[in-house]
Amino acid sequence: MPTLTFIEHSGTTHQVNGEVGQSVMQAATFAMLPGIQGDCGGACSCATCHAYVDEAWMERFPPAEGTEVDMLDNVTERRANSRLSCQLVIAEGMDGLLIHLPASQY
Amino acid sequence: MALNSVVIVGAGQGGFQVAASLRQEGYQGNITLIGDEPGLPYQRPPLSKAYLLGKISATALLFRPKDFYTQQNIELVHDQAVAVDRNNRQVRLASGRTVDYDHLVLAMGAHNRPLSVPGAEAQGVFGIKTKADADALAPLVKEARNVVVVGAGFVGLEFAAVAAANGATVHVLELGDRPMARAVSREMSELFRCAHEGWGVHFDFRQGIGHILTEGGKVCGVETVEGKRLLADLVVYGIGVIPNLQLALEAGLDIDNGITVDSTLLTSDPHISSLGDVAAFPCIHNDQKLLRLESVQNAVDQGRAIAARLVGKPAPYTALPWFWTDQGTLKLQIAGLSNGCDSTVVLGAPESNQLSVLCFRQDQLVAVESCNRPGDHMAARKILARPPRLTPAEAAATGFELKVWEAANRD
Repeated sequence: MPTLTFIEHSGTTHQVNGEVGQSVMQAATFAMLPGIQGDCGGACSCATCHAYVDEAWMERFPPAEGTEVDMLDNVTERRANSRLSCQLVIAEGMDGLLIHLPASQY
Repeated sequence: MALNSVVIVGAGQGGFQVAASLRQEGYQGNITLIGDEPGLPYQRPPLSKAYLLGKISATALLFRPKDFYTQQNIELVHDQAVAVDRNNRQVRLASGRTVDYDHLVLAMGAHNRPLSVPGAEAQGVFGIKTKADADALAPLVKEARNVVVVGAGFVGLEFAAVAAANGATVHVLELGDRPMARAVSREMSELFRCAHEGWGVHFDFRQGIGHILTEGGKVCGVETVEGKRLLADLVVYGIGVIPNLQLALEAGLDIDNGITVDSTLLTSDPHISSLGDVAAFPCIHNDQKLLRLESVQNAVDQGRAIAARLVGKPAPYTALPWFWTDQGTLKLQIAGLSNGCDSTVVLGAPESNQLSVLCFRQDQLVAVESCNRPGDHMAARKILARPPRLTPAEAAATGFELKVWEAANRD
């Protein structure tokens, strides 16, 4: 079971257990992590699961496409490593995945 | 008065959210979450699409895994609430158990409006509301060759797209004159009609279902009110929902189409709140008139608002309503309420299936419907949540883009 590390905007760090095949958003909400909401349940419809994938891990995920790219256009404080975490599927070998959280989802 | 026991009736999107948000807000008293379906609380939107197509698993449907309820000390009770004794602040369950509350949250949701025509009890006739419905339907969808969908609303059309993708011949019967007439503009209805027809879906508008034809207890076709016959080995209906009001009615709470709540989602009893599909709330986006909304956003945001109030942070509920539906390759997102819309401005091109319809009322933007233009939807949610309001004249200007206007008009 891969362990994911989330760092809140304030610097608070959380270790979260993830499962292969699960989305990063689900791993976060299952662990009651503050700062990731995932209101639409993973349908790429709400953009309340915005997160920054640590640069070192960026290439481990297929790039954002279509709907996600357009949704990201309007998130608060978009950066080059912005993703909607409901679209990031945890795969084998992702133990230690590092995710940074934005100050707000709105 | 100290709050030691919150009882939530209904373990759908809204009831679950109240429980989870209470813990996130730091509430440490008892939480009893009562649901009348088996298993763990789950999300309903994928039932008529992704889950039915096998794109997401039963586990992915869950709001949270089993451990969550233990870790967060949320008692999940599989039972049905049958009576509320307001004097003694007690809920009675079908099993005979009683549960005491300091505060009660009514989140019973709604049930499908039944298809009340002869033959509706035949095998092969389905509404889609619960996971059990979807589980029973999924294997039949794969085999069905002729599918009739009754009702061209969100659920009916989501299912029509699934059935067409599986290679069935699909007919949609709709009493109105266009798809999703209650929810979207004519321009958007037209785009969806064309897209569905392109996927092989046939529409019969202004057609009601007369009765269901059966053979040995199984559906074999339908006959419309006008006598038109259609072959069918599967009939799925989505003709609206009816709020589950019985419990509140018998408890003597104020009711007006839904359980009436005030701007903080409190019912006529100060020890009882209500939210989601079953509650009618005064909506600031609807001229403060009572409104009952059937949506994920409404249940989630109202759940958060109730939890915040219960831990001592009351605030009027003002969230902007938004909605979505996924049909085939189309994602429709709606921000705001288009009631009373008197003019529209269209962005994009329907032939590319990328279209946004900006809905105005008295020259003020009130809603934006976007198909495959999620950037517009996100910008619209920001624009509609606060002044200044966009006018039709501005939106009609050449080269106008919602997100550019939004960025230029932030505080």
